[in-house]
Amino acid sequence: MKPFIYHRARTLQDMPDGATIIAGGTNLLDLMKHEVTTPGSLVDISHLDLNRIEPEGDGLRIGALVRNSDLAADPVIRRDYPVLSRALLAGASGQLRNMATTGGNLMQRTRCPYFYDLRTPCNKRAPGTGCAALGGIIRNHAIFGASADCIATYPGDMAVALSALDAEVEIAGPNPRRVRVADFHLLPGNTPHVETRLQPGEIITAVILPAPVKGEQRYRKVRDRASFAFALVSVAVVITMTDGRITRVALACGSVAAKPWRDPECEAALIGHAPSDALFEQAANLMLRAASGHVGPAFKIPLLRRTLIATLRDATGLEPAP
Amino acid sequence: MQISLHINGSLRDVYVDPRTTLIDALRDHLGLTGTKKGCDHGQCGACTVLVDGRRINACLTLACMAQDSEVTTIEGLGTSDALSPLQTQFLNDDGFQCGFCTPGQICSATAMLGEMAAGWPSHASDSLSGPFLLSHAEIAERMSGNLCRCAAYSNIIEAIQNAAHAEGSSGDAP
Ligand SMILES: Cc1cc2nc3c(=O)[nH]c(=O)nc-3n(C[C@H](O)[C@H](O)[C@H](O)COP(=O)(O)OP(=O)(O)OC[C@H]3O[C@@H](n4cnc5c(N)ncnc54)[C@H](O)[C@@H]3O)c2cc1C
Ligand code: SF4
Ligand code: FES
Ligand code: FES
Repeated sequence: MKPFIYHRARTLQDMPDGATIIAGGTNLLDLMKHEVTTPGSLVDISHLDLNRIEPEGDGLRIGALVRNSDLAADPVIRRDYPVLSRALLAGASGQLRNMATTGGNLMQRTRCPYFYDLRTPCNKRAPGTGCAALGGIIRNHAIFGASADCIATYPGDMAVALSALDAEVEIAGPNPRRVRVADFHLLPGNTPHVETRLQPGEIITAVILPAPVKGEQRYRKVRDRASFAFALVSVAVVITMTDGRITRVALACGSVAAKPWRDPECEAALIGHAPSDALFEQAANLMLRAASGHVGPAFKIPLLRRTLIATLRDATGLEPAP
Repeated sequence: MQISLHINGSLRDVYVDPRTTLIDALRDHLGLTGTKKGCDHGQCGACTVLVDGRRINACLTLACMAQDSEVTTIEGLGTSDALSPLQTQFLNDDGFQCGFCTPGQICSATAMLGEMAAGWPSHASDSLSGPFLLSHAEIAERMSGNLCRCAAYSNIIEAIQNAAHAEGSSGDAP
């Protein structure tokens, strides 16, 4: 690890210029040990008063420092936003969830192995050096929205559920604002090192959940082992049925792009219809029409198709086909 | 930098570089070598300690971040004369082979049983509202942050179930 100056912030204003925020530390310290990130100055925000879950309008305001384990276990989250509990519980381990914060989880970096390997070129780690993953040995990379400069994914689970719940990120700084989680992460384009809409000097203070939606919610995560592994693909569904027809649906897919992936056309195609295998096949075709697989991650195309259909069947109570 | 850490009930002053992780402060500066370092990257759980009663990975926390918190290590859970229920049960049920992962397993299981008692769900729970039983599947999921290179898993699970029963705490084994 490179040397740094440590400062513990007492207030939101108590932020040294140019300091890198540390919250739970579970991603940042890992990257600092690998010297992928080498901040000269750290500001520890973990003692700021941002650790409450409280009502906001008809929804909820989740402080940026609420730990993943507290959020997953919160009785209101479990009752009204179960897809969020499920996504959190499917991520990392009991120890890590006790440390990981809501803000830090949103900001976590990719798990592309070349990003971690200082001996290889990586446009995300060292802009302009090239991308070792393109043409390298890859597997858990993007099938949507990749560019000629980067094909890494955003690896987190929580944000996939938040995207399907139409949550917003509250940002403090010179230009306070809210950004939809669905718009918060950026596709790589030719600037893969710019990963979110957060600007230097800004801080996430909360995530805002809108009023709960009636209906069913599911989070399905597919991974290499049954627990404690990042997703290969994941699907979050929030769906409402009225008189046997789908009247509202949000679908977000994880670990397939640099952001939780939503497709408005795919969602629109489900509205007004009764659930059926044919309908879900059609939805999967729409979702996957934009997919392009480099040889390594190409397996995710059929995997996401099956996961999407299985999750929709489960959420709508459709009996599995024989 | 000079920091003070509350460890196992006593206040310890220690001079560390800001880069020092909690695991290195415990082992290298305070002589508390019960806590083990496996991967140093949050992946194995050997370094699990309790901070304010919650299990965390001491390798992914800076020592200076733990100031003002109460840190409990395996040395603070019991003594050789007065073992904790989980320590006793790991002995009785052969919950280890080489023993390297054991301090982390026991610290983790101590907090995990507290999480069960508090009614926290897990990925293995059928319903988010419970009941949460101390089944094989629940324990395997809740303890998945603790790897055992000797694969003593079946005895670890048994030891945890038996310790919980001895304590008369939550859940039933199937
Ligand atoms: C072994 C392992 C397995 C894991 N498995 C999973 C998994 O299966 N699923 C999953 O989703 N995640 C997984 N994770 C990742 C984990 O969820 C993240 O490391 C964690 O959520 C990051 O939160 P943190 O508070 O520790 O962030 P930190 O490490 O403190 O910070 C991470 C980044 O966020 C920035 N940041 C933190 N807080 C704020 C804020 N309020 N405003 C602006 N910027 C901020 C920091 O500057 C830093 O760049 C795993 C991690 C490990 C080590
Ligand atoms: S895919 Fe992105 S993160 Fe991975 S090596 Fe290429 S530029 Fe770096
Ligand atoms: S040494 Fe901390 S988790 Fe492996
Ligand atoms: S007993 Fe050897 S690693 Fe678990």
